[in-house]
Amino acid sequence: MTQAAAGAPWTLEGYEAVIGLEVHAELLTRAKVFCGCSAAFGGEPNTNVCPVCLGMPGVLPVLNRRVVEFAIRAGLATNCTIAPRSRFARKNYFYPDLPKGYQISMYEAPLCTGGWLEIVVDGVPRRVGLTRIHIEEDTGKNIHDLVAGGSLVDFNRSGVPLLEIVGEPDIRSPAEAGAYLRALRSVLQYLEICDGNMEEGSFRCDANVSVRPVGSSILGTKVEIKNMNSFRHVERALAWELRRQVRTLQAGERLVQETRLWDAEREETRAMRSKEHAHDYRYFPEPDLLPLEVSQAWIEEVRASLPELPGARRRRFEGEYGLSAYDADVLTQRKDVADFFEAGVAAGAQAKEMANWVTTEILRIVREQRLDTQLVIRDWPITPAQVAALARLVDGGQITRNTAKQLLPRLIGTDDDPARIVEREGLGQVSDRGALQQAVHEVIRQAPEQVAQFRAGKERVLGFLVGQVMKATGGKANPQLVQELLRAALSPERKG
Amino acid sequence: MSVPPYQWSLREAAARIRRREISAVELTRTALARIQAVEPAIGAFLTCCEADALAAAESIDRRMAAGEDPGSLGGVPVAVKDNICTAGVRTTAASRMLESFVPAFDATVTAKLRHAGAVIVGKTNCDEFAMGSSTENSALGQTRNPWDSSRVPGGSSGGSGAAVAAREVYAALGTDTGGSIRLPAAFCGVVGLKPTYGRVSRFGVIAYASSLDQVGPLTRDVTDAAMVLEAIAGHDPADSTASPRPVPAYQDGLDAGVRGMRLGLPREYFVQGMHPEVDRAVRAAVGELERLGASIEEVSLPHTDYAIATYYLIATAEASSNLARYDGVRYGLRVPSANLGEMYERSRAAGFGTEVKRRIMLGTYALSAGYYDAYYLKAQQVRTLIRRDFAQAFERCDALLTPVAPTPAFRLGERIDDPLTMYLSDILTISVNLAGLPALAVPCGMDSDGLPIGLQVIGRPFDEATLLRIGYAHELASDWHRRSPLP
Repeated sequence: MTQAAAGAPWTLEGYEAVIGLEVHAELLTRAKVFCGCSAAFGGEPNTNVCPVCLGMPGVLPVLNRRVVEFAIRAGLATNCTIAPRSRFARKNYFYPDLPKGYQISMYEAPLCTGGWLEIVVDGVPRRVGLTRIHIEEDTGKNIHDLVAGGSLVDFNRSGVPLLEIVGEPDIRSPAEAGAYLRALRSVLQYLEICDGNMEEGSFRCDANVSVRPVGSSILGTKVEIKNMNSFRHVERALAWELRRQVRTLQAGERLVQETRLWDAEREETRAMRSKEHAHDYRYFPEPDLLPLEVSQAWIEEVRASLPELPGARRRRFEGEYGLSAYDADVLTQRKDVADFFEAGVAAGAQAKEMANWVTTEILRIVREQRLDTQLVIRDWPITPAQVAALARLVDGGQITRNTAKQLLPRLIGTDDDPARIVEREGLGQVSDRGALQQAVHEVIRQAPEQVAQFRAGKERVLGFLVGQVMKATGGKANPQLVQELLRAALSPERKG
Repeated sequence: MSVPPYQWSLREAAARIRRREISAVELTRTALARIQAVEPAIGAFLTCCEADALAAAESIDRRMAAGEDPGSLGGVPVAVKDNICTAGVRTTAASRMLESFVPAFDATVTAKLRHAGAVIVGKTNCDEFAMGSSTENSALGQTRNPWDSSRVPGGSSGGSGAAVAAREVYAALGTDTGGSIRLPAAFCGVVGLKPTYGRVSRFGVIAYASSLDQVGPLTRDVTDAAMVLEAIAGHDPADSTASPRPVPAYQDGLDAGVRGMRLGLPREYFVQGMHPEVDRAVRAAVGELERLGASIEEVSLPHTDYAIATYYLIATAEASSNLARYDGVRYGLRVPSANLGEMYERSRAAGFGTEVKRRIMLGTYALSAGYYDAYYLKAQQVRTLIRRDFAQAFERCDALLTPVAPTPAFRLGERIDDPLTMYLSDILTISVNLAGLPALAVPCGMDSDGLPIGLQVIGRPFDEATLLRIGYAHELASDWHRRSPLP
């Protein structure tokens, strides 16, 4: 594989990749899309249900206005045109988790069309087109392994609102696919309309993949890949599938248009039995719902309520704080993290120092405590002001970076001021020559071997000796000063 | 009392309860006794809920004893077509599929009837899922025409028509997708009103064709129809297609007469093999209205010929989707099977009757990839033309007058093996559903065999008031509505 420089398009044996992604995002409205049931995830099976979402005889859907508002938000944030008049349609197929025998979706007249999303791969921004965004209802869930000799269905999810976000086949590598998904999830999270949790299924992705000779404008045979449950799976599945397609073509065989499932354990895609996807969905306009009319005034009202979006914020961070493209990107992927960073800067931390703290220590805490499963982290275990105080102490030379890192875990869950702790426990950086001199001499006395090596010209041994002094002073010593004192103590002039 | 209570009109029955001349329980008992007496010959009901009815009547009596208003239909026994959900009372749509289905909720119209104080005594027979014109497609029972037990009551709301004609109840709800209220009304000699699409909520009404279905009353006279419509009409937050327009007081102005009204006779409705006695009776009714001061003129609805074809594409397409939920998974009939596909196939094969299967297949075909444009889409375009025909006619006319059906009630078994002939029973009623208009059927004569003949009055959207006014004027000048098939 000639996976060339990072960020470059994927190519293999003269073929390039053509990838289009379809994302289903569950919306965080309180109620379902066509009835008043709770749309909350989890819950005892079949507790968030009513005659409407169970598809009882005679029931009718009533559109939840909030769902439309969320869809408009998503459309505006991805530069789509919002149709003043759109229409729901029925997608007909039989499956036990689909109570009415059809899914209410949109087909010929979707709500949002023709947008784009900016992605950044290795610091290089690029636009991926969006074909459309439309509203539809989620299905229930079949449960096959709970009772012997039968299956059960949980309809809690039936009727939970979904956005189907269809991307143009503009993606040229698995890495770009990952970047696209991260960017899209980031936008939806900024809008607070989807929690973006792939494992819980609130953010699902199918991919349409084909290959073609580099430079060709003709599309190859398209294969749809399903069942990818994490960003990592998407990238691995795409890489695997692209290789399979190129090898198939090179072997002189033809590709079949089909749906394949990603098997995460065996790390391969496998063809679904053709029967499982040979559907004629018989779409037709949903007669139980009126055409959806969206006024320009409503669109403008929603537009005015949009937050600063990740792309704009990333550019502002680069310009306003002088951050690297990489740092700005990492900091702005989550709105709450970007807010944390800015709150720290507002509390007096120097921007680059604060960026370091957030991208390393804070994001580590976020991962370890699984805070990223929340849509918006509201209860931070440590406040931006505390981190800013640490950053200022390091910046001002009052404590070493080491001391600061050791202090951080002690601040978690407290409202302690790090400056107070430093003062109270005497953790301040020791820059007193007299006090350090003693420790330097002690180390030199105890490590004659290393001293001899250094004197013989092995410069690297100095690091070891500095480390020993730091250890002896409980990490509080000013490392620059220690080095200076060691060099002075070991210099040939002072020899003897 | 010379006239037995079951011969009263709904209005009279409600008034007597209000005046405490009879209690709701007493009136309900007379209705239940009447049902018991005539049902063996008529078969209008699939389910009779005596205990529930008496409990409801008792509660009306208690309300009255406490000085409360019993409601506009307070204490009056009524029936509900069995494709309309009634909480706690089985609702079958006359199908094996739902033979033992008991809904947990009331349809909006059911709740509105209860709210108005009506006492629901039972569920009436109909064609399976309201698909048919004779009630012979019911999987659960046969209903006979009270005027001639060898004849059909019409359909699909045949049980409702027969129950009202046989004086078992004072009113019954029906549903009308292509003529299913008006045809049984005409065949049974009662009044039937198909309201404007959107005038009455469809929530809880087992869907046949969602863009055509509408609930309406079958009653003994026009005043009763006005009373029931007023009770069931209006906006419903549970039905997006129900209109928010305020509901007029339909009884007010009923007697304003037809003087100065312009009434149209659509040329296309007075040809194609019409029974001469039907033609004569309808023209006599037209003459009567003219005598009462209406001006009559001939109009044209040029796309009438396409109505049946258009209807059988749109209605079946919607039905094929609406009936997909009967899959044996959550409720209704399930035939135990080795795997899922087999369960679907066997449950639906056993649960649906021939006509329902025929329509599901027709509709599935019309929506299939490659055929959609030629059939479903084309039908929608023709539907627009049909609607436009009416709009043009209503620029000149206040209402249109036509027969309800080309013939009086036909014999049981006569058309059941010939679906196309059966479909033609609806030829004069179907366009109204495609155009979403209101239409009233009133009795206007008898043929030489003593079978009732119906006059259809078609109106502008949401102009039920004018139709009722015309029907009432005609009723004042005739006595057809007073005739009762049974003593």
